Amino acid sequence: MDPKTYKFDTISLHGGYMPSKNAGSRQVPIYQTTSYLFDDVDHAAALFNLEQGGHIYSRISNPTVQVLEERVAALEGGTAALATASGMSAIFLAIMTLCNTGDHVVVSSQLYGGTVNLFRLTLPKFGIKATFVKPRDTEGFKKAIQENTKCIFGELVGNPGNELMNMPEIVKIANEAGIPVIIDSTYQTPYLFKPLEHGADIVVHSLTKWMAGHGSSMAGILVEGGKFDWLKTDKFPTMTEPYEGYHGLSFAEEFGPVAFTMKARAEGMRDMGPCLSPQNAWNVLQGIETLSVRMEKHCSNALKMVEYLSNHKSVAWVSHASLKDNPDYELAKTLLPKGTGSMIAFGIKGGKEAGAAFIDNVKLASHLANVGDTRTLVIHPASATHSQMDEATLKLANMSHDMIRLSVGIEDIDDIINDFEDGFRAAEKPRLVANK
Amino acid sequence: MKFTVNKKEVFASTGGRPFDKKKPLIIFIHGSGLSHITWVLQTRYFAFHGYSVLAIDLPGHGYSEGPALESIEEQGKWIADVIDSVGVKEASLVGHSQGCLVVMECASQFPDKIRSIGLMGGAGAIPMNPELLELAEKGDPKAVDLMMDWAHGPAGHFGGHPVPGLHHINLGGSIVINGSVKNALGVDFRACDNYKNGFEAAKKIKCPAINILGDRDRMCPVKEGKKLADKIKDSEVEVIENCGHMILLEEAGKSLAILKKFIRNNHPAE
Ligand SMILES: Cc1ncc(COP(=O)(O)O)c(C=O)c1O
Repeated sequence: MDPKTYKFDTISLHGGYMPSKNAGSRQVPIYQTTSYLFDDVDHAAALFNLEQGGHIYSRISNPTVQVLEERVAALEGGTAALATASGMSAIFLAIMTLCNTGDHVVVSSQLYGGTVNLFRLTLPKFGIKATFVKPRDTEGFKKAIQENTKCIFGELVGNPGNELMNMPEIVKIANEAGIPVIIDSTYQTPYLFKPLEHGADIVVHSLTKWMAGHGSSMAGILVEGGKFDWLKTDKFPTMTEPYEGYHGLSFAEEFGPVAFTMKARAEGMRDMGPCLSPQNAWNVLQGIETLSVRMEKHCSNALKMVEYLSNHKSVAWVSHASLKDNPDYELAKTLLPKGTGSMIAFGIKGGKEAGAAFIDNVKLASHLANVGDTRTLVIHPASATHSQMDEATLKLANMSHDMIRLSVGIEDIDDIINDFEDGFRAAEKPRLVANK
Repeated sequence: MKFTVNKKEVFASTGGRPFDKKKPLIIFIHGSGLSHITWVLQTRYFAFHGYSVLAIDLPGHGYSEGPALESIEEQGKWIADVIDSVGVKEASLVGHSQGCLVVMECASQFPDKIRSIGLMGGAGAIPMNPELLELAEKGDPKAVDLMMDWAHGPAGHFGGHPVPGLHHINLGGSIVINGSVKNALGVDFRACDNYKNGFEAAKKIKCPAINILGDRDRMCPVKEGKKLADKIKDSEVEVIENCGHMILLEEAGKSLAILKKFIRNNHPAE
């Protein structure tokens, strides 16, 4: 006897949506509207006071966006989700929902550059401080926890160095300290990894990347695990204490396993307003329909690229957790059995100049500041995405000037390799001249 | 709010309003393995519209001290103790699933204390699938998955929660898991399976009753719900279309509207 609830690939197509409630339209309609009629005065009051569910105004919620939220919640195994205008706003909202001024967070040092800046420069303006810990330094996470620490935040596979956090161990540390773990799972998507199944409490995504998949739309989301007991201690007044904004509502008491999402929406969307447009939500939904097939191809192409790069005379090093000599190989095998993703970092012989020559001479691979497009993308992080970091922060993120970050697309692998050959050939030329 | 019943600590949600003895009281009683959280889309409304509300966590559930009570009869008696403990003379009771059995027991044992009863997915008996019962008693999380599968209608399996962003099945599963599968769910399922007094209790109920049913409910089919209502003297039945057993959440708006009308008629607030 087994439950007949729908499985991953079916949810990717059907999750969150019933045609019978939408004029029979098979595809999800785009509700291009700002606001929704109330039945009467009583209904309006009940909606505003969270006595009843429903839509009021598209900054708070929208029926098309709702389909996306339920679909991603279902794919991640979460109790609830809240979609946002971008990945960055999802992260900001998560921290602002949890923290007050004077609070502290422990953060992996290998994060998307924008996230590093958020924790290093912007959140301190709100009185929220962060301690950065290298992703492989599991003990370091423990040591960094203070009395006022409200969460541990990280990316399972760090950006751009591809180093893994030991999530199971870090979850244990967080449990002991009674604080939640927030994982940015953009690089994995629920196809490769479901952080909530491994003890994380909140998942954030930049849906802009593999989830939407086609490089067309900005979007983010936060997903709640529903297992964290906010009421166990008095450490989380933002979740447990009566909230003036809703006549003394205690989110944790009333909403339990969805308290975080309810608070993030009721307070965060109301006051900060980073709402997702219905059109972009629809674009992401369309992308998610093919998540499994795309991820499979992304991952198989990535493995072929890892092999190609590892054997290339112009490549100094390759970082991808699928490599046997990678320090994270064993951990990746247990946590990421379906594949370690399509992000590869490699060092090019000849350093910064060779890197620049390579990037300027590939034609199929696009040079741009994104990852997780269906197309192959390359960038030189030290001069682009991570260029606002100082030397010390770069070092903490384990970034070198010869590093090229590659997001492997789903083109024919032969074409990607041929393109790289052109790039490497051009990169070798200045070196040959210099050696003379 | 936390208070004491029979020397044990009990938690109940008051629907976001302080408990007030002077207002008419409605007690909400959750289903097997669940907790007060399931009632949030009913309780806040009543609490802000003239009623005192207690969405209780049964002993051993949610934030109430254990152990879980092992029979429906004890649970029915315990609800009467709750009414006494908060210093009130009478209450209306609203139950879901197993909570309906508890409501009927209480209303039949203590007719003077109960003004009206609302049932959501109420049947006269809830015989358990033996395999599910065994899984629950072993504390196997698969029991929760099976329960969530059967409990939900189309909205649970596809989507469309009344509260944007919430996911029916995962939320329901979390409530049970958080409340500890082994101690609560297994005991509850056994209590349901053992309970044979439903139709007898129904005959003794003197107060007005309503049974709100879902036409896609696989746990309490409409036929069973109507059979029960036939045994209660002053009873009515409402069937909600396209709705499974989690009526209070799947069709929160419709079930609240029905309940509002029923309680306002039979136990009016000022
Ligand atoms: C891992 C990761 N997290 C967050 C972000 C930020 O997301 P967005 O660009 O959608 O704001 C990005 C990319 O930009 C990212 O790669």
